[in-house]
Amino acid sequence: MSERMISLTIDNVKVEVPAGTTVLEAAKQAGINIPTLCYLKDINAIGACRMCVVDTGGRALQAACVLPATDGMVVKTNTPALRDYRRTLLELVLSAHDKKCLTCVRSQSCELQKLCKDLGVENGDRFAGKQNEYAIDDASPSIVRDNNKCILCRRCVAVCSKVQNIGVIGPVNRGFATAIESPWNMKLAQMGCINCGQCINVCPVGALREKDSTDQVWQYLNDPDLHVVVQPAPAVRAALGEEFGYPMGTSVTGQMAAALHRLGFDKVFDTDFGADLTIMEEANELIARIQGGGVLPMITSCSPGWIKFCETYYPDFLDNLSSCKSPHEMLGAVIKSYYAEKAGIDPAKIRVVSVMPCTAKKFEAKREELAATGYPDVDAVITTRELARMIKEAGIDFRALPEENFDSLLGESTGAAVIFGATGGVMEAALRTAYEAITGQVLENVDFRDVRGIQGIKEADVKIGDQVVSVAVASGTGNASKLLDSVRSGEKKYLFIEVMGCPGGCVNGGGQPIVSAQTRMTCDPRVERAKALYQEDADKPLRKSHENSEIKKIYEEYLEKPNSHKAHELLHTHYASRPLYLD
Amino acid sequence: MASVKEQYDALDRVIAENKDLPGALMPVLQGAQEIFGCVPIDVQKYIAQALNVTLSEVYGVATFYSQFSLQPKGEYLISVCLGTACYVKGSQKVLDKLTEVLNVPVGGTTPDGRFTLQATRCLGACGLAPVMTVNDEVYGRLTPDAIPAIIDKYRKAEEA
Repeated sequence: MSERMISLTIDNVKVEVPAGTTVLEAAKQAGINIPTLCYLKDINAIGACRMCVVDTGGRALQAACVLPATDGMVVKTNTPALRDYRRTLLELVLSAHDKKCLTCVRSQSCELQKLCKDLGVENGDRFAGKQNEYAIDDASPSIVRDNNKCILCRRCVAVCSKVQNIGVIGPVNRGFATAIESPWNMKLAQMGCINCGQCINVCPVGALREKDSTDQVWQYLNDPDLHVVVQPAPAVRAALGEEFGYPMGTSVTGQMAAALHRLGFDKVFDTDFGADLTIMEEANELIARIQGGGVLPMITSCSPGWIKFCETYYPDFLDNLSSCKSPHEMLGAVIKSYYAEKAGIDPAKIRVVSVMPCTAKKFEAKREELAATGYPDVDAVITTRELARMIKEAGIDFRALPEENFDSLLGESTGAAVIFGATGGVMEAALRTAYEAITGQVLENVDFRDVRGIQGIKEADVKIGDQVVSVAVASGTGNASKLLDSVRSGEKKYLFIEVMGCPGGCVNGGGQPIVSAQTRMTCDPRVERAKALYQEDADKPLRKSHENSEIKKIYEEYLEKPNSHKAHELLHTHYASRPLYLD
Repeated sequence: MASVKEQYDALDRVIAENKDLPGALMPVLQGAQEIFGCVPIDVQKYIAQALNVTLSEVYGVATFYSQFSLQPKGEYLISVCLGTACYVKGSQKVLDKLTEVLNVPVGGTTPDGRFTLQATRCLGACGLAPVMTVNDEVYGRLTPDAIPAIIDKYRKAEEA
């Protein structure tokens, strides 16, 4: 079916676009970047900031982000009046902004800063006057909110309520007193915030950021009595390069391992090993549930944002959650037991640092029940962004680094593990192992393409032996809500469900490098970064978790078999329902 | 004074009437304001759950519109118009006199719970400027000197 095309003229450039396209999108197609601030593709188009105003010859200037292109329309985006208008808008925004760019974590990735530079704002104090002073909310283990930098664009509000179906922040009060806050002066940590950090990723300025843990990691590294072990998650290698000027979707696995060695970690293990271990446990748990009449559908448990979402908003599904810890927690538990014994190191002296694409992992690591050896499985979590800052702070020339390998014992991994970072990846990895465990036959084609891609909800019927296994995959907790509602009502029946808390999975996690709204108009980080992971999977000699030789070894020497008593002690956990608000 | 149960029963009726309409939150909040005299946190949580919206949304609407109050308002709500016509006719001085006579700031309620003082936008009675209302009674062509007698009237009404 062909869409009706319309033609318009923007800055003397003729453009043909499908009906329904906005002037903003049409201009992009004509190679014209209309400045935006509150606009976020597919998520927030409210015409509120007025930065994208254009001249259509009518009486008033129009916001291009909400203006449908019409046939024969003549649009001007760059007139002296428009440039002046936008500069004045920016000066007004600055009148309520703290302007502490030099010490802001978002310096050089700030959309406000960039606009001021690009549009030639010369006086940040033109409308100097009264300014609101806000207390910084840093009570959450994952997210810090600083309203002194907030420009009220509402992108965070939109992603929290519309995409994630949570809505723990919103505009309060009116006029000059308007602020984006949790209701009743509550802090984020008192709300049913799942710590996913999607709000951070979409913030154009530095009003939202991760709770920084780099100081803690530097302290570990500088303590000669400690044995400091690091493990990066699958999705980190697909995005870290962006912080060093590589194009989106560049895999930097080898250089990342080298950088971690140079930072001074005693061992550089790989969360991918933890992912393979997770599959061993989870695939066998699934088989046991199917064959033994356990609670179905079983739902994956790797994503801590999703887990807190389930505990808070869907507690009736807690028994459906796999009891498996997430991969980095599994690896942490194994480092402080198996590895500690083999290397002859007192687990009390070991510190496990996880590098994660995720802010919710910071909350997860603090869960008291995740301490299999009596010590926390994981001691500190830093995000991809924080690792990039540490590398820069240490003066490591990332682009000049050679490619290095992860360290042995807990560093080997298969293709099944690396795709954990993308939506559908855990499902596909589990199916590869479950298929062979159930049928006893070799799975020739390991690609389960039905569960790949960025659609919010995916379904597939997978034939395993003489059984058809119905599976579903959801990413983003808004999509998870829809999927769980359909299961709860009995409309849908599945045996196995994968949920990742962030849209597109961990590649688009709340700890990943910031992608500006302008870049998102033409380039989807969920797609580009996932490509890097699937390429790495395809290039691996081994693509099924149970073929990993270090995995075989740890079961032979230590864990006996999947879901053994020992495995349960170290690698499994439990969940509890949580209140919507804490006093 | 209605019991708490009666108040929530009344709220349930307002919710039931509006639940399935688009934009149900506004009429429900208006109903709650009337029933409880304000929309405190427990009432907001109740509404959020009943309408399946977030507490953020309820609180956002309740703090956006000045007709909603988070704390109980006084028995007599005194609203002084600071619209343009009243302002140029000296309503600020009337308001200042009221803060002095009642000994509360603008937006405040007297400790005995009798009077709440608020400033409002145009009340639409510019011909009588400067104007204030005490509940549903309108007072026009005010001067600061007229204020003590008006307040006295309400204080005495209470005692009688």
